[in-house]
Amino acid sequence: MSAPSVGEFLRSRGVTRRDFMSFCASTATLLGLPPSLAARIATALEQARRPSVIWLPFQECTGCTESITRAHGATLEQLIFDAISLDYQHTLQAAAGDAAEHARAQAMKDNHGRYLLIVDGSIPTGNAGYSTIAGHDNLTMLKEAAEGAAAIIALGTCAAYGGIPGAAPNPTGAVPVGEIVKDKPIVNVPGCPPIPVVITGVLVQYLTFGKLPELDALGRPRAFYGQTIHDRCYRRPFYERGQFAETFDDEGARRGWCLYKLGCRGPTTYNACATVKWNNGTSFPIEAGHGCIGCSEPGFWDKGGLYQPLSTGRWGDARTVGTAVGVGAALGIASAALARKRQRDAEGG
Amino acid sequence: MDLLEFARGPALQWSVSIFIVGVLWRLLGVFLLRSKKDLSEPRNPAAWKGLRLIALRSWPRREFLEGTAFGEVMGYAFHVGFLVSLFFFAPHVLFFADVARGLSGTDLQGLIGFRWPTLPNGIITLLSAISVAALLAVLVHRLVNPVKRLISNFDDYFSWFVTFAPLVTGMAAFAHLAGWPYERLLAYHLLSVELLLVWFPFGKLMHAFTIFAARGTTGMIFERRGASL
Repeated sequence: MSAPSVGEFLRSRGVTRRDFMSFCASTATLLGLPPSLAARIATALEQARRPSVIWLPFQECTGCTESITRAHGATLEQLIFDAISLDYQHTLQAAAGDAAEHARAQAMKDNHGRYLLIVDGSIPTGNAGYSTIAGHDNLTMLKEAAEGAAAIIALGTCAAYGGIPGAAPNPTGAVPVGEIVKDKPIVNVPGCPPIPVVITGVLVQYLTFGKLPELDALGRPRAFYGQTIHDRCYRRPFYERGQFAETFDDEGARRGWCLYKLGCRGPTTYNACATVKWNNGTSFPIEAGHGCIGCSEPGFWDKGGLYQPLSTGRWGDARTVGTAVGVGAALGIASAALARKRQRDAEGG
Repeated sequence: MDLLEFARGPALQWSVSIFIVGVLWRLLGVFLLRSKKDLSEPRNPAAWKGLRLIALRSWPRREFLEGTAFGEVMGYAFHVGFLVSLFFFAPHVLFFADVARGLSGTDLQGLIGFRWPTLPNGIITLLSAISVAALLAVLVHRLVNPVKRLISNFDDYFSWFVTFAPLVTGMAAFAHLAGWPYERLLAYHLLSVELLLVWFPFGKLMHAFTIFAARGTTGMIFERRGASL
């Protein structure tokens, strides 16, 4: 018996036609597609065979897994995610022990060249023992799994850009997936963690059109990462008017003014938080009163203090500027002394 | 390291260092010169009264008004717009406050004894636009006026450019011009400011530090000799 299609699977889970079509319409909107394509998405999803997915969590905090699997109650996004054939995810399958490893090997063999590989967490390139799973180091495991993958989704900022494990001084030599795998299409879905519907959106696009979404220069789907948080922030009018909160508990903060002065990185962060929001569309960090920390951008942990406004400099230590003062003063005194000598010589002559 | 990080970090550190070296070099080089002894009998012993030349030269003289009006108006339009944008735009004040924190461990209040309010973005935008327009006008004037064109050199045009660029890139960054990424526009703005800092001590822009001292010194010499200010 062949594997059920996504449509069959969703019906077996009690999803109504109305809910399903509503999901397809909102997904079309999220992907930046015209509403007329919702029907095509629905047809394609109904008929799509459940793709095999192998998920490898490496140096990560499990936040990405939590975000996707536990963010809120059962939703269509979760069901769509369930509708893929998740053949391996060792965090979720830890209790299965060695059997999980066999399942991975079997899925890789059975679906060679066709399975989707999801990676969250960065890959240590230092000592192989920094991060191992069932005795296998992350680097070897990634190379093996990537070899037969149709495409790779680098889930979360760690997998996409190195994230916190890759932050200075990067003790494990952590690198993102893209630095290891060069010969497979890679979609970066950054965020610490990424928004659940973004990953399901990428999966829906793949299931519907059989191809990966259009990416930006940093390998992110344009549909979700095409605009900055600042572009779509509901506090933007306050920025335009120059009304800023000075502290987290002043009058400006209570009135919901712009958090730029408190270090908000919304203007330089590309993500869909301001539109899709979190916790089933409840809110996003800025709405909760805290500036954006730019978690979906490369190197976000090394870009200065989280409460340092974007317009401030990164000075390093004071030695450079201190040396400049010393050199400038010495040059000035020397040139004045030289000029005085010339003056004296001229007067003497 | 992306372009913005480069502009906020190493480029800023180097440009500020070059600026400090250059300014100290030139200022100390001039101020530590031995002033020539004036052996003549002073016609007016209260030479300090000549300091009023600092203010007098900041305003056009009636008899020359016809010839200098354009330069005076454009000069004021540019300088007021530039300085107000520099010191009263909220992100700029944040920059200065951050520098103050680095120098004194406290804020502007702790370092210099006061802080100042910021102006609404609309006013800053208007003044910046006036400043840009004034700069364009003086460039055109320099190019079409045969005498000015003849006496202009690389320093004049390059100093104009490094002053013009931060204004334009700053306005573009604020307005998120043509959908360009903000971080790129902000990086361009910072880099243009850094170019200004690097050039500043070595060209005519140095007048910002020397102009009032030069006027004061000239005024005192004139006053001592009894010349009309």
